[in-house]
Amino acid sequence: MSSIAQKKGFGAAMWDYLTTVDHKKIAHLYLASGGIFFLIGGIEAMLIRIQLMKAGNDFLSAGTYNEVLTMHGTTMIFLAAMPILLAFMNAIMPLQIGARDVAFPFLNSLGFWLFFFGGVFLNLSWFLGGAPDAGWTNYASLAIASEGHGIDFYALGLTISGFGTLISGINFLVTIINMRAPGMTYMRMPLFTWTTFVASALILLAFPPLTVGVFFMVFDRMFGANFFDVTMGGNTIIWEHLFWIFGHPEVYILILPAFGIFSEIFAIFSRKRLFGYTALVFATILIGFYGFMVWAHHMFTVGLGPTANAVFALATMIIAVPTGVKIFNWLLTIWGGSISFTTPMMYAIGFIPSFVAGGVTGVMQAIAPLDYQLHDSYFIVAHFHYVIVGGVVLAILAATHLYWPKMFGTMLSEKLGKWTFWLFFIGFHLTFFIQHFLGLMGMPRRVYTFGADQGWDLFNAISSVGAVFMAAGVIILLVNVVMTSIKNERVGNDPWGDGRTLEWAIASPPPFYNFAQTPLVRGLDTFWIEKMEGNKEGMVYAEPLEEIHMPNGSFVPVVMSFGLFVASFGALYNMDGDKGWTIPVIIIGLAITFGSMLFRSLKDDLGFHISKEELMRDVKGGKSDGLK
Amino acid sequence: MAHETHTHVRSQTEYEYIRRQRSKEMRGQLTSFAIMIFLTLIAFTAVAADFSPYLITPIILLLAAVQVVLQLYGFMHMSNKGHGMVAFFMFSGMFVAFITILALVTIVWW
Ligand code: HEM
Ligand SMILES: [Cu+2]
Repeated sequence: MSSIAQKKGFGAAMWDYLTTVDHKKIAHLYLASGGIFFLIGGIEAMLIRIQLMKAGNDFLSAGTYNEVLTMHGTTMIFLAAMPILLAFMNAIMPLQIGARDVAFPFLNSLGFWLFFFGGVFLNLSWFLGGAPDAGWTNYASLAIASEGHGIDFYALGLTISGFGTLISGINFLVTIINMRAPGMTYMRMPLFTWTTFVASALILLAFPPLTVGVFFMVFDRMFGANFFDVTMGGNTIIWEHLFWIFGHPEVYILILPAFGIFSEIFAIFSRKRLFGYTALVFATILIGFYGFMVWAHHMFTVGLGPTANAVFALATMIIAVPTGVKIFNWLLTIWGGSISFTTPMMYAIGFIPSFVAGGVTGVMQAIAPLDYQLHDSYFIVAHFHYVIVGGVVLAILAATHLYWPKMFGTMLSEKLGKWTFWLFFIGFHLTFFIQHFLGLMGMPRRVYTFGADQGWDLFNAISSVGAVFMAAGVIILLVNVVMTSIKNERVGNDPWGDGRTLEWAIASPPPFYNFAQTPLVRGLDTFWIEKMEGNKEGMVYAEPLEEIHMPNGSFVPVVMSFGLFVASFGALYNMDGDKGWTIPVIIIGLAITFGSMLFRSLKDDLGFHISKEELMRDVKGGKSDGLK
Repeated sequence: MAHETHTHVRSQTEYEYIRRQRSKEMRGQLTSFAIMIFLTLIAFTAVAADFSPYLITPIILLLAAVQVVLQLYGFMHMSNKGHGMVAFFMFSGMFVAFITILALVTIVWW
């Protein structure tokens, strides 16, 4: 492992990524695969909007429409939004707390590969007899009746990728608790780190119910277990509970990191300390807690009874309070700041009204009697797209521009960035604002077509036009990425000029060991403090320059995840009952997984050391990119 | 971060301090062990005495909760320093699990 920068061939670069345990490269992997899934989900969205463009359209058949709709939701939530957020968490959080890597680099890689193979497995359903078609919520009565293997792809794919997410969540928790640099107390952590922390805690507590639910589903389908089969004494509502006990925290797993990203952006580009840092932190924790007490607001119309509905309605409304606190803190951060309207800042400013609109419709739906009207109509579709696209996706796009230089060492074009923003932002409101009214006019969600006499034609056509704008915005972003990579103009440590936190104090991208010397943190907005005091180096150090111990890369995570991937095919086709080859495939798959676990446990891998001389050379040479 | 290992030689006072600390901990563990046995006895007696199940069930559940706390603090070192975060996450987890079970029991099966 020499630190001399060298051009690598494609094969070598590929092998490097397959075996990497470096959080920055794993971030690249998450961003690339999450990005590809985002494009796939986007294409599915376009298909939906083409189908609904006019009354009585027959572009997609009813069955295909159900598959496209289900895969759109599932892909966007599990395979696009969450992984892309995990990409930014991986890339930035360890830098923000002054760590050399996450606590368990090997597990970090394993988490990624499990997610990746789970996602690939789920999407292979398109080519192997049909995708899942019971909605992303996969309600049991519908799912159990579904023919073919779609639902099995859903259940097994989400089991594998869910393990990956759970592993990443635990890894981030341990990292933030144990690996903070000296002086980085909890109340000095940047907000993106805080929201990563709380979102990881939510992952830890919310994924087990989903796993249980999905396991029940697999057992029902594989072994006829009848957990959800009412005719056999099961209870189909239990799936809904398990799904939403996971599902509502899940939406907060998505939105909290988005809040973190916007908090960073508001402070950076208002050139001000965050207003009400402490309130923002406690609001985050509070939202995390409340998130577990509101799930039944998705089930008001199930017939839980007035008492349960009232309790969950009230609990849901309470969540709006800490959320409101956050909105005001952001507004007061901008207030009186010296604002620069960069692309990330435009997203952040666009986010506030969009998300508030989504929050208001949320509180409307929380009024249980009103929800009897709104439930399962396009109003709900409008609500969750306002919070998810207006919140999470805007944050993802903002963070792509904000952190691109830190992750890749080049700056995305601001001009194209603003084009993306305006096209996407206008398209988003055009598509979804009008869906509120479609809902109020009675259009149910999840229908594959509608009649010309229902009066929904115009609004649906407008909605479809909006989708074209959003697609154009995303295409421009892709062009931007390609052009920026070809130009390859390297940037310095703090390309925005106003960075406040530790990640901006080191090279873009950082060397693979991040910090040659662990920094000493003297307050909130560490880098800003040093800059203001005229410290040219941007940090003070907590230790002398010494040898650094680093972990070796490993191919084992890929093999481990691949084993589960293979075994899942066996399990899936085993349900047919007439295929003798399935049992051996399950056994081979599990043997690969457990064999590689055994290999990992028995083989000592003590990592390697970077010598002091090498570090000195790097520091002196002003080496500014992360190549090994 | 360096990989050379330091060997630390304990001074006499340090040694005695640790000894005292350990015997204190030992006494604590023995006490909680005795209490746990005693609580178990109560549980068994309640059953043997043929009280109404409506009395026995809550008593046993309550005693079980006390036992868990004793176990955590008496034996699993939760009272020691540096366990704040562990405690926080454990109790959050228990809280979430409790809410879930309570809700399912009351609104699905009742
Ligand atoms: C002010 C905060 C919020 C409130 C009060 C709220 C309330 C609600 C309610 C009551 C429903 C159920 C409506 C129905 O199906 O009849 C709902 C659905 C939904 N919400 Fe929210 N919500 C809030 C924030 C969010 C956020 C931040 C997200 C995601 C980032 C989100 C995502 C969703 C999704 C995905 C659904 C629909 C799920 C489905 O049926 O497929 N919500 N919301
Ligand atoms: Cu919810």
